[in-house]
Amino acid sequence: MAIITVDGQTFDVQEGHNLLQACLTHKLDLPYFCWHPAMGSVGACRQCAVIQYQDEDDERGRLVMACMTLAVDGTRISIEAGQAKEFRASVIEWLMENHPHDCPVCEEGGECHLQDMTVMTGHTTRRYRGQKRTFRNQYLGPFIGHEMNRCITCFRCVRYYHDYAGGDDLQAFGSRTRMFFGRESDGVLENEFAGNLVEVCPTGVFTDKPFSQTYTRKWDLQSAPSICPGCAVGCNTLPGARYGLLKRVHNRYHSDVNGYFLCDRGRFGSHFVNADARIRRAGVRAEDGVFEEIAIEDASVRLSEVLGQGDVIGIGSPRASLEANFALKSLVGEDNFVAGVADNENRLNELMVSIYRESGAHIPTLTDVEAADAVLVLGEDVLNTAPRVALALRQSVRNLSLEMATNAGIPEWQDAGVRGHAQDALNPLFIASIAPTRIDDIAADTLHGTPDVLAEAGFAIAHQIDSAFVAVELFNDVNNFVDAAVKALSEAKRPLIVSGTGCGSAALMQAAANIAWALKGRGGEAALLLTGQEANSTGVTLLGADLDLGSALRKLSTGDVKNVIVLENDLYRRAPAASVDAALDKADNVIVLDVLETPTIERATMVLPAAAYAESTGTFVNYEGRAQRFYQVFEADGATRPAWRYLTDAAKLAGRNDLRWDHVDEVVRACAGTDNLKGIQDVAPTADYRGRANLRIPRETHRASGRTAMHAHLNVHEPKTTVDEETPFSYSMEGLNGDQPGSLIPYVWSPGWNSNQSIFKFQQEVAGSLQGGEVGVRLLDVSANGTGLQNRFRDPPETDSGSTTADGMRLLPLYSIFGSDELSGFSPPIIERSSGPQLVLNPGEAHQLGLTVGGGVKSPGLGSFEVCVSSEMPRGYAGIVLGMRGSINVLPQDAVELMPDPSLKPKRPLDVIARGH
Amino acid sequence: MSELDLIQTLSHEEIQAIEIEIAHLPDRASAAIDALLIVQEHRGWVSDESLDAIARLLEMSPADLDSIATFYNLIYRKPVGRHVIMVCDSVSCYVMGCDKLCRQMEDKLGVKMGQTTPDDRFTLLPIVCLGACDRAPVMQIDEELIGPVAGDQLDQVLGRFE
Amino acid sequence: MDKPLTERIDACGGLVDMAAFEAAEGYATARRAVTEMTPQEIQEIVKEANLRGRGGAGFPTGVKWGFVPKDEHAGAGHKYLVCNADEMEPGTFKDRYLMEYDPHMLIEGMIIGAFAIQADKAYVFLRGEYHESYRLLNNAIAEAKAKGYLGEGIFGSSFDLELAVHRSAGRYICGEETALLNALEGKRAQPRTKPPFPPASGAWGRPTIVNNVETLCNVPAILQNGAEWFQDLGLGEDAGTKIYGVSGRVNNPGLWELPMGTTIREIIEQHAGGMQDGYELRGILPGGASTEFLIEEHFDLPMEYGTIQAAGSRMGTGTMILMDDSICPVDMSRNLQHFFAQESCGFCTPCREGLPWLEQLLLDIEEGRGQPGDLELLETNASLIGAPGNTFCLHATGAIEPLASALKYFREDFEAHIRDGRCPQAGH
Ligand SMILES: Cc1cc2nc3c(=O)[nH]c(=O)nc-3n(C[C@H](O)[C@H](O)[C@H](O)COP(=O)(O)O)c2cc1C
Ligand code: SF4
Ligand code: FES
Repeated sequence: MAIITVDGQTFDVQEGHNLLQACLTHKLDLPYFCWHPAMGSVGACRQCAVIQYQDEDDERGRLVMACMTLAVDGTRISIEAGQAKEFRASVIEWLMENHPHDCPVCEEGGECHLQDMTVMTGHTTRRYRGQKRTFRNQYLGPFIGHEMNRCITCFRCVRYYHDYAGGDDLQAFGSRTRMFFGRESDGVLENEFAGNLVEVCPTGVFTDKPFSQTYTRKWDLQSAPSICPGCAVGCNTLPGARYGLLKRVHNRYHSDVNGYFLCDRGRFGSHFVNADARIRRAGVRAEDGVFEEIAIEDASVRLSEVLGQGDVIGIGSPRASLEANFALKSLVGEDNFVAGVADNENRLNELMVSIYRESGAHIPTLTDVEAADAVLVLGEDVLNTAPRVALALRQSVRNLSLEMATNAGIPEWQDAGVRGHAQDALNPLFIASIAPTRIDDIAADTLHGTPDVLAEAGFAIAHQIDSAFVAVELFNDVNNFVDAAVKALSEAKRPLIVSGTGCGSAALMQAAANIAWALKGRGGEAALLLTGQEANSTGVTLLGADLDLGSALRKLSTGDVKNVIVLENDLYRRAPAASVDAALDKADNVIVLDVLETPTIERATMVLPAAAYAESTGTFVNYEGRAQRFYQVFEADGATRPAWRYLTDAAKLAGRNDLRWDHVDEVVRACAGTDNLKGIQDVAPTADYRGRANLRIPRETHRASGRTAMHAHLNVHEPKTTVDEETPFSYSMEGLNGDQPGSLIPYVWSPGWNSNQSIFKFQQEVAGSLQGGEVGVRLLDVSANGTGLQNRFRDPPETDSGSTTADGMRLLPLYSIFGSDELSGFSPPIIERSSGPQLVLNPGEAHQLGLTVGGGVKSPGLGSFEVCVSSEMPRGYAGIVLGMRGSINVLPQDAVELMPDPSLKPKRPLDVIARGH
Repeated sequence: MSELDLIQTLSHEEIQAIEIEIAHLPDRASAAIDALLIVQEHRGWVSDESLDAIARLLEMSPADLDSIATFYNLIYRKPVGRHVIMVCDSVSCYVMGCDKLCRQMEDKLGVKMGQTTPDDRFTLLPIVCLGACDRAPVMQIDEELIGPVAGDQLDQVLGRFE
Repeated sequence: MDKPLTERIDACGGLVDMAAFEAAEGYATARRAVTEMTPQEIQEIVKEANLRGRGGAGFPTGVKWGFVPKDEHAGAGHKYLVCNADEMEPGTFKDRYLMEYDPHMLIEGMIIGAFAIQADKAYVFLRGEYHESYRLLNNAIAEAKAKGYLGEGIFGSSFDLELAVHRSAGRYICGEETALLNALEGKRAQPRTKPPFPPASGAWGRPTIVNNVETLCNVPAILQNGAEWFQDLGLGEDAGTKIYGVSGRVNNPGLWELPMGTTIREIIEQHAGGMQDGYELRGILPGGASTEFLIEEHFDLPMEYGTIQAAGSRMGTGTMILMDDSICPVDMSRNLQHFFAQESCGFCTPCREGLPWLEQLLLDIEEGRGQPGDLELLETNASLIGAPGNTFCLHATGAIEPLASALKYFREDFEAHIRDGRCPQAGH
């Protein structure tokens, strides 16, 4: 701790922080632009100027940039000194020379950091008489709009996109007063985290393109804390809605999970909530096979009648809330409940939980991932399956740079200094994957092969670290990778192993566990990150299901059980189409509760419209076993209700007394009765929570244009607002947003800070934990002693010699951040950004099979794909990008025949539409 | 771009010259400016195609290289004439009448500063102090320094550059 | 020997080639330094000689060399010596002269400098327009290499030194030593934050010394003749000789190697031959475009660091630009601001946005569109932009020096422009 004096007041500040961090930590209003809490200081904008005094007697002081000055004990500064204020006002005046006066039509208006700083510094009168410079904007793809004239040259965009996120197609061009930030030529921004530019840019240069299309001011957005449904990371989000539409998703700061950044699947995938394919009404299939709308009440009655007919199979879902899954499980009974995951994946999910349970290894948060000093990724293509992890890995490799800088006396936040000094020094990251990944550029070494080959390498690594673990024979080229990884992991202070269920291989996850256990056994630290594939994969696994999907489908197809309830799930993504068909053909009642029209809906006898995540309240459990609550952001249109409510209503009608829950808190309380899930009661306060002055927390800002305005074209009377029984939030601007627990922050705003930069007012210290406590409860924090674990996984896979092309090709699972995920696959910007179904194989084999790159390939029963090649694909194998809409999500075990499909017109990737500037 | 395309875009000579520069440096990307200058020497300017090829040779992205290229005024990202005339407009030459010289050059060539004559013979550019202030006002045509320049010598001087 | 830098050139009447250079005892000092002296000894002599940087800032060279961590503290890897031959300060043309006439002198200076800091790699960072220097330096380097003065085990010692010329691609900011390092690394020439200072972490993150051409050229003679000799060369406080230059309306513009401390008047009148007929001298920028104006009352001052600083300006590069009475101070200020605004790297706000505004105000005033209050606007902006530390590097500080002093010494001219709505000298 250091003590500094700011305008006569003393403050305790963190040793090693700079003065800007110190001032912001104490909630002082000191303007800035180029500094960013996650990216450090460069001293470009000169906005954070303060006066620093040498000692008590120094009355003149010296102007310094707070962001570039170390806060040492005894520092005396002034924010208020005339000289400092004059300089800061001038910085704004200089920036405004060229900044357009377009606030009324600018999307940033009302949440613009530049606007805030302009007001804060008091610059009002224009004295500059020259013309403003203008630029041509670029097409940057379906996610990001570009309006370069608004640029204030703070360099945040390139520093984020290039330096932080590792994108190499956005840069700063030119110099002096004509700096241009964009691509070399028009085209899609390739980086998977481009969307954060929207929040990183302090003005309206980079805008959320889908949001622009149905734009609403920030102050008019109704919002609530939410969790991204896109993958198992569970990033905290702030969806904003108006007029019954989900307008956009912004990052919700979480110091241990997503920090300041989301991936583009999460940000732009949310528009499935507004998709045309949304189910808005209940319906039953009539004689002629066409759906007829029925009232919700009637649907409940029918559902209760089905319940009266004996056994019903209930198929849950890893994309539905824990509450909905729990309600279904309670309704159909333990014996009839299926987790709703493909059988192999379900086993892997269970394996994941058991490894976590028994593992002495630490389950890392993303902050822990960023802190790792040697990493082995074993199999999982995290960029495409748990994207935010990949961004964290990009930070982890920089620890060596930071260490070198620290040794040279350069503070970590002095970003340019660190990079200049350490150049490109990186911590070791080893990536073993089926095909090349988009983070290979930061890898010390990569290994590509079938999951079995990768698993063998993993077993070998564990064995080399500790010979008590089972040994395997290896090929030469694998040996080098293994040796290097062993050395790096053994020497590391904070080694990390990353794996998951994505490769469909238990051996891989076992190998990962062995390595972590081996490292741990040597008395060191080791973190093990295993990820499932969906937002609630861990949740449904912890909830537990006695029946597996294959058996359930068999029970239906044999007629053992006649009725099935499918909760927010497309069975065709979970099992081979033939077995699903056989089951559903035979069933009397196929009752589907879902958000979107999936192929399963086509086979339903009754459909109930389920509320999407942003329209309901519930809990997801992320890869680390962290249960996190998402809240209803807005009231869904029409009949739509949270799925659990249909189930409890029907239960009541059926005379069941055990599901008498009217309220999400009651479901949560009941659910906490499950052994594994005790902690979920503590995830967030119950609906009766009230903040200061006994007020609710408002979903709308106090600046919101009145309710009257929203419906003025229909009626000028102010409509009554819904009273929210379920949550501590109000559906209005009434209430207080400020001192509640971290899990209950519906939007960020603070006086003078209309932009998202206001988040620092909610943090204990800059970039630290939220004042109200961090979000979520980790359900898996069990520390095992970890001894004797070397005997747990002793069966490394036996790799086959590879099949030959003549026998057909074996298939391997690949993923795409844009398309593999079911929900975001319905979001128009994601659809635009994603390619169609693709199959990747070795160029030599493609040639042998008469396939041309970019042409079509088909396989009986699997459909058609675009042909892609990679020389890294093992011979005899083809990778299929799973989960793309209209394509397959479960791979057949056997080899398949591949043949050209000249009729397929592959979806052209988005690319350059114009060149030059 | 394949290896073959690279060779077609850059000549062996260019690639060789660039590799020699790389040999002096700790990594390939450090030769960015040298490489741009070398290619420009051979082709007069750096086209998008050249830029892409150089970027590939240096194992960096075109955006990263263009970011560098557009910073420096001696890298031409647009075509220039056969001869580049740079007229110094910094203070010593200003004192000695470079404004007049610039006007005379513009009149003589029929183009404005920054433009190329329609016959592609000359590109006329302003330049900062050429480090020959004792010879002000000065200009440099291609690699030749010329100064002090009097208005009545211009025809004769330009005549030497076809 | 009282002209250590130019004596050989004078004697040859032109380019000093390898034969001439060696005939005049060239490389003998470097050989002695590398084979017989310790780096520490060399540093001590240069420190004692009080050689100050000739690139503009005047920092004591020996002291700077002393900041390079000794091997045991430097960690593994290269150390670098970089010669700043960017010479883009308007009005400055001395380094070109040295390189075009005596390239071996620079190479010898660099060998000694590199040995003194134990650098195994050295670069000449040469401005792109200096084609002749590029050819001559490369020739000279090849010759020196052939003789074993560069490369592995030079002069038969165990000391390796690789020397290469890096051609720059323009932009004044490249002369600023940290921007230069970025340019050398093949990056955009944005200045770097200090600390870390280059001697601790410079090119490619390694210990690096950046020295001006003239600075390094002085080193062989200092070693050859001793610190005391060098100190005695200067007339006043500062040691050695200086290449002074004059440009503008004088009879004989040019460069002269003269003892440090020669007066401004002597340089202008005796060496530059005085003003041309019909022109009166109104003021000078004593050491390049980024130094404050001096006027008649200062002309008897000796050109040395301390004295010129006390007079409110800077010695800078020691090459002065003369403003005669045919020149409008407002328009000359506009020309200067045009240069600095154009050459801003674009990184920091005051420089990037502030300087073009100043240029614009000056153009308005010059062309008769000046408004009451404009001078105050110029002054406040100038003081906010110009204070060292307000901007990221010293480029903007340098930009403001001539403007602030013009406003002080030629205020009448500015006021007249605004009052009369035109330039009194317009049409002249
Ligand atoms: C904007 C700017 C431009 C500069 N240009 C040059 C230059 O062209 N040549 C030079 O030697 N020094 C230049 N300098 C000074 C260098 O930063 C540095 O001080 C010098 O090269 C150190 O060498 P010395 O100690 O031998 O003088 C410049 C400084 C600034 C701030
Ligand atoms: S585009 Fe935005 S983020 Fe990037 S430099 Fe300009 S103002 Fe800053
Ligand atoms: S270039 Fe250094 S302050 Fe602008």
